[in-house]
Amino acid sequence: MTRETMLATIRAATRDAVAIPNPQAYETHGEHAPGSEAVIDLLIDRLIDYKALVRRVPAADLVHEVSQALSPVQSVVIADGLPAELAAACAEGGRRVAVDGSPTVLTADDLDKIDAVVSGARVAIALTGTIILDGGADQGRRALSLVPDRHLVILHAAQIVETVPEGLALLNPTAPLTMISGPSATSDIELQRVEGVHGPRTLEVIIVDQI
Amino acid sequence: MSTYLGIPTRRHHDHPESPLRGSQTFPDAARTAVANPQLRRNLANATATIRAKRSMVVGELPDWEALRDSGSAIKSDVMARLPELLLQLEANVIARGGIVHWAADAAEANRIVTELIKATGADEVVKVKSMATQEIGLNEYLEEQGIAAFETDLAELIVQLGHDKPSHILVPAIHRNRSEVREIFLREMPDVPADLTDEPRVLAMAARAHLRRKFLTARVAVSGANFAIADTGTLVVVESEGNGRMCLTLPQTLITVMGIEKLLPTFADLEVFLQLLPRSSTGERMNPYTSLWTGVTPGDGPQEFHLVLLDNGRTNALADEMGRAALHCIRCSACLNVCPVYERAGGHAYGSVYPGPIGAILTPQLTGMDGHDDVNSTLPYASTLCGACFDACPVKIDIPTMLVELRGRAVDNDRGAPRPDGWAAAMKTMSWVMSDGKRFAAAEHGLKLGRLLAWRRGRITRLPFPLSAWTSSRDLPQPPEQTFRNWWKKNRGAGESE
Repeated sequence: MTRETMLATIRAATRDAVAIPNPQAYETHGEHAPGSEAVIDLLIDRLIDYKALVRRVPAADLVHEVSQALSPVQSVVIADGLPAELAAACAEGGRRVAVDGSPTVLTADDLDKIDAVVSGARVAIALTGTIILDGGADQGRRALSLVPDRHLVILHAAQIVETVPEGLALLNPTAPLTMISGPSATSDIELQRVEGVHGPRTLEVIIVDQI
Repeated sequence: MSTYLGIPTRRHHDHPESPLRGSQTFPDAARTAVANPQLRRNLANATATIRAKRSMVVGELPDWEALRDSGSAIKSDVMARLPELLLQLEANVIARGGIVHWAADAAEANRIVTELIKATGADEVVKVKSMATQEIGLNEYLEEQGIAAFETDLAELIVQLGHDKPSHILVPAIHRNRSEVREIFLREMPDVPADLTDEPRVLAMAARAHLRRKFLTARVAVSGANFAIADTGTLVVVESEGNGRMCLTLPQTLITVMGIEKLLPTFADLEVFLQLLPRSSTGERMNPYTSLWTGVTPGDGPQEFHLVLLDNGRTNALADEMGRAALHCIRCSACLNVCPVYERAGGHAYGSVYPGPIGAILTPQLTGMDGHDDVNSTLPYASTLCGACFDACPVKIDIPTMLVELRGRAVDNDRGAPRPDGWAAAMKTMSWVMSDGKRFAAAEHGLKLGRLLAWRRGRITRLPFPLSAWTSSRDLPQPPEQTFRNWWKKNRGAGESE
């Protein structure tokens, strides 16, 4: 009932509305190729600017680096699609590793008792320092990367693009998407930025070079 | 109480207070606000900080103006095709397992949300900061219905715990400084440590601890939306703290209340708005968290999703070109931060949940200006027309031109009023004097008196009633020694005939 009345009102109100043509004169592509040295440097600069921790490693050293990065924590949650060698790295040093959905789907309370989450990502945008998760097999449900206090993201150099339009073009719009640009933060008190509120207070990114 | 000439006064308050309408006229409310030095200090600090951050990150983008042009064009397309796009959004949300509701006004939206919450059996909800739910007074309505609504954004929490009203679109507690926040937390949070300091980090951690259990146990969340994508059915919420992600991810049921103008036609349009919004709003290259969801994703996040499409006066505004342009607003608050009037008067003076320059045009168009006695008829005067808001607006809303147009409408509303006010009387007198050369010449003699009044200070600061109406808010310059007409007669007039 309301639906039809509202639609009729909106139709009547917008009858003479005219759209301005969209000039689309803004940049859609950056100067540098995805995964290029310049794009990686730009991303690192942005990550450091908002106080994320960054490591850059050759592919051969990744497993060791993941284990190193997790040294401050006792327990880790991962999705069941995280590559087996990384899952093994999470367990090094006797760390407890929970795999979501295997055997059981973890509750919010379960996740709250876990120190860290390790995940992959879909794409990263260098210009804005944005890492995008799309619920892929190496990332899992959105709750996994939200509740634990530390988020370790593994990013392959080829996944890094320069601009926002390049990054969005790679996404499946109907996947549950989370764009992350820094650890959670607030500027609500005197507009002074404080990093770390409800989301993970520590964001650490490992950038993996191809070779 | 004195009268500000040029700004209509409102003596009666026949219009009930609501989230879109205060109890005082803007000049009255502003007079109280500017007399509060603490408020002015808090606002000056906060707006100066955010202005500097914004101009730095906006300056980084060489294509900023091109982005603004596209932002404005995309929104004009939304308004032109609104019925079609709403139906497309609805179909896509339903196809992905969501349920869509239509609410013509605040009362209907509140009723729908309440019924949805009651159907889940929950008696409390967690909330993501949302202008739409503030605009309809949802929290107050839920409280009457026995449902507790917990605001989870830090600034909203400060406002809610302080039994206060929001004063800024982005930072609703901008009028509070750190020591005031500390006092509110000590008084209102039962679990807060007694040695709480006023360090912003310590206060933020207190909020984290306070809300943690709520997030982990909440069954229902209520949110607004920054954008809704018609061609995919995707909803977008932009935030910083992670409270949004908590509300959008952990509960079983999610209810999103969204104004009908928040649409974007295609997913690709986000490439414009996700660049414009964070830089204009918080002065960041990107806000820490943006969540996008389409209907229900099995096994991930809320398994019940309701979208409430809200009109609540928007179709009033949509009916003409100016109102449509005002609805392009993406609620970034850049116009508030650059406005000299907002910086001094603060958000509460506007009486509406939408303060500042955008509020001064949006509020009266949503509610209408119901004649001389409506306090919202004074909002278009809450500006010096300096134009800073237009320059800052990421979707190029020409706020100054709209303010002038709305002033015209407010004056037109008053024509034929049974009791003309001082302004109308003065204008009528001026019109009579200036329409006749002799009368005007006679009036000019009066200016000599003005020279005496100004005396050595070179300006007139105080005049007796009724002219005090002018000088209570402005000084008059000292009138010149001779009028132009006298000067002309003396220097050029000889030998010329009229």
